[in-house]
Amino acid sequence: MALTRSSGSDEEWRSVILTAGLRDGYENKFDDYDAAHVVNYLLRDKANPTSVLAMLETARHNARMTRTALTREVWEATNIFWMRLKDALARPIRETDLPGIIAMIRQQSAQVRGALHGSMLRIDVYNFARLGTFLERADSTARILDVKYYVLLPSLSFVGSSLDNVQWETILRSVSAEHAFRWLNAGDTRPVGVAEFLILDERFPRSLAFCYKKLFGNLLYLEKDYAVRFPAHDLAQEIHDGLQSRSIDAIFESGLHEFLTDFMTCNARLAAEIERNYRFYG
Amino acid sequence: MLHPEHGARPAYSDYAAWFDGQQLAGLRRKAEEADAVFRRTGITFNVYGANEAEERLIPFDIVPRIINAKEWSRLSRGIEQRVKAINAFLHDIYHRQEIVRAGRIPEALIAKNSAFLPAMIGFTPPGGTYTHIVGIDLVRTGPDEFYVLEDNARTPSGVSYMLENRETMMNMFPELFSAIRVREVSSYPKNLRRSLEACAPAGCDGKPVLGVLTPGIFNSAYFEHAFLADQMGAELVEGHDLRIIDGRVAMRTTQGFKPIDILYRRVDDDFLDPMTFRPESQLGVPGIMDLYRAGKVTIANAPGTGIADDKAIYSYMPDIVEFYTGEKPLLANVPTWRCAEPDSLKYVLDHLKELVVKEVHGSGGYGMLVGPAASKAEIDAFSKKLKARPGNYIAQPTLALSTVPVLTKSGLAPRHVDLRPFVLYSPNGIEITPGGLTRVALKKGSLVVNSSQGGGTKDSWVLED
Repeated sequence: MALTRSSGSDEEWRSVILTAGLRDGYENKFDDYDAAHVVNYLLRDKANPTSVLAMLETARHNARMTRTALTREVWEATNIFWMRLKDALARPIRETDLPGIIAMIRQQSAQVRGALHGSMLRIDVYNFARLGTFLERADSTARILDVKYYVLLPSLSFVGSSLDNVQWETILRSVSAEHAFRWLNAGDTRPVGVAEFLILDERFPRSLAFCYKKLFGNLLYLEKDYAVRFPAHDLAQEIHDGLQSRSIDAIFESGLHEFLTDFMTCNARLAAEIERNYRFYG
Repeated sequence: MLHPEHGARPAYSDYAAWFDGQQLAGLRRKAEEADAVFRRTGITFNVYGANEAEERLIPFDIVPRIINAKEWSRLSRGIEQRVKAINAFLHDIYHRQEIVRAGRIPEALIAKNSAFLPAMIGFTPPGGTYTHIVGIDLVRTGPDEFYVLEDNARTPSGVSYMLENRETMMNMFPELFSAIRVREVSSYPKNLRRSLEACAPAGCDGKPVLGVLTPGIFNSAYFEHAFLADQMGAELVEGHDLRIIDGRVAMRTTQGFKPIDILYRRVDDDFLDPMTFRPESQLGVPGIMDLYRAGKVTIANAPGTGIADDKAIYSYMPDIVEFYTGEKPLLANVPTWRCAEPDSLKYVLDHLKELVVKEVHGSGGYGMLVGPAASKAEIDAFSKKLKARPGNYIAQPTLALSTVPVLTKSGLAPRHVDLRPFVLYSPNGIEITPGGLTRVALKKGSLVVNSSQGGGTKDSWVLED
């Protein structure tokens, strides 16, 4: 939601809906991009199957189904998260409550992440869980960047202007990167620098390169553990190598939007390939 | 405690001393904490017939139910005898039926019983074990006077509550467990695993692979299925995860299908194999009964054990115990009228106000009449049902159940309880976890302890000698 910090315009709320890929569903229900509508739709609306509440219900349901694969710590962190969220989202959200709720969501997901990290055996189960994390995370980072490039910019003439810089900064904030970026770049928020950071910088845990370094490692574990190499491994290698060999100038030259669209397609293909190779659905 | 006329029962004396030093407000707070622990842990159950898949907590009472060592040792001898007899009975009725030939129980009771599985005739399960796990429901009517209410020989549930209740109590009142020596229950999952492994199929070499078969996440006891699988280091599987491959039961994994040797199933017989039983069942594994009969997989409890806890068979339990052990039963049966017999039916109809009437095949406290608590209209309605299908019912007197203390808003108050000890049976012998699940009727005066009917649970302590 930090995406919209810089102004309260409907256009920005619209960009949030677009980032989440929810335009059709949302516009079926509302004909404006009123802040309250968007916030409630994203967090708790029953009409939205990917609302935060719905996703957490699914996550908890899955955790219950595979309870034996999880440690008690992970299960309890997930269950507590669900209990708190259900309480917090029991009624429509007022703007004044929004920051508190967002903070709680971030804190509780950190708890689940921490429990996973601190208590799970490093076996196939853990590596599968991590694959899911990094596939989703890479997709989110790419979407946020893409929306900025494609949607937020009123026109190309804004590139490099001060409005533009503010918006790039809000992107950094939306992936909790503003401090890291400032620390590394002495506060220089030029679009190219931000894009490079989010796409290619392996030091930043939400960058595409970081996600793929991890995905590659998790898949390598499975390859060794099961002693089988699948098409998913080749595909992950290909995407990973592609990120390693590309410079940010080359990416901008061939078009950031094209690059990101292509990346998201490959990322989704990898997810489907992993499901197939490891027989998630029979 | 709570026996004004007798003073505290001896088993409770140490606890009572501790209790006297506590403040009511502090204890009430502890009780709330316990609820929060159960919620967080997800120890919830689903209610059948509730509108949506709603999860509820079984109310937990923080005052333990305490049994002394002597009382327990008598009880466990009786339980052991009964479980031995049940296994011998099952073997007999699926083989030579000596007990029928000897005229001790009527043939029709077996042959016409829907819990009798012809598919089991002539087959001996691996390890000769039918009831790997039994939960015997007991009630106490006086010092050293226990009655068996029911023998749960199919898929007895509740053991996760026994374990979690203890865990929660130890977390909340560590000082109690330092001061009072209570026999531990936590080795149950390990013992269960060992006991099941002792019944592995003959061809199984190496460590047997153990699966817990659950009907799925919406089943009322799903938490327990997941819990036991987790505690035993077993796989938790549903019917659609299983398939028969190369003459073995195999489960779906991320590395393809892997064989399972022992299936601790928590689905009923009817749903186990759509090819043998209910064709529409989605919960079981088509063809598993053939493999079972070929000795390729162990199913626990064995199919067909329901005949032993049938309520019509129950009334013959004293004969059954005597027939197979050659001893007088150590545990008493509740006197039972079989409504199928015309004289008994007449008696029952005339005395409905005093009796508890149960469906022969029912469980979970559904479809029963508690005479003393029923209205005239309820009794009239029940009496019609009874006349229409007398063979479907048995009746028992309401016993003068003893009470134990529970914590209420205004302090301790007496409530009725039962006790379900969990018994493991295998070629290694019989293991009874000291204690079991105490279920408590939380409504004043109520005799119904089932969780589906508003009952709660307590930690059950057996004191060290």
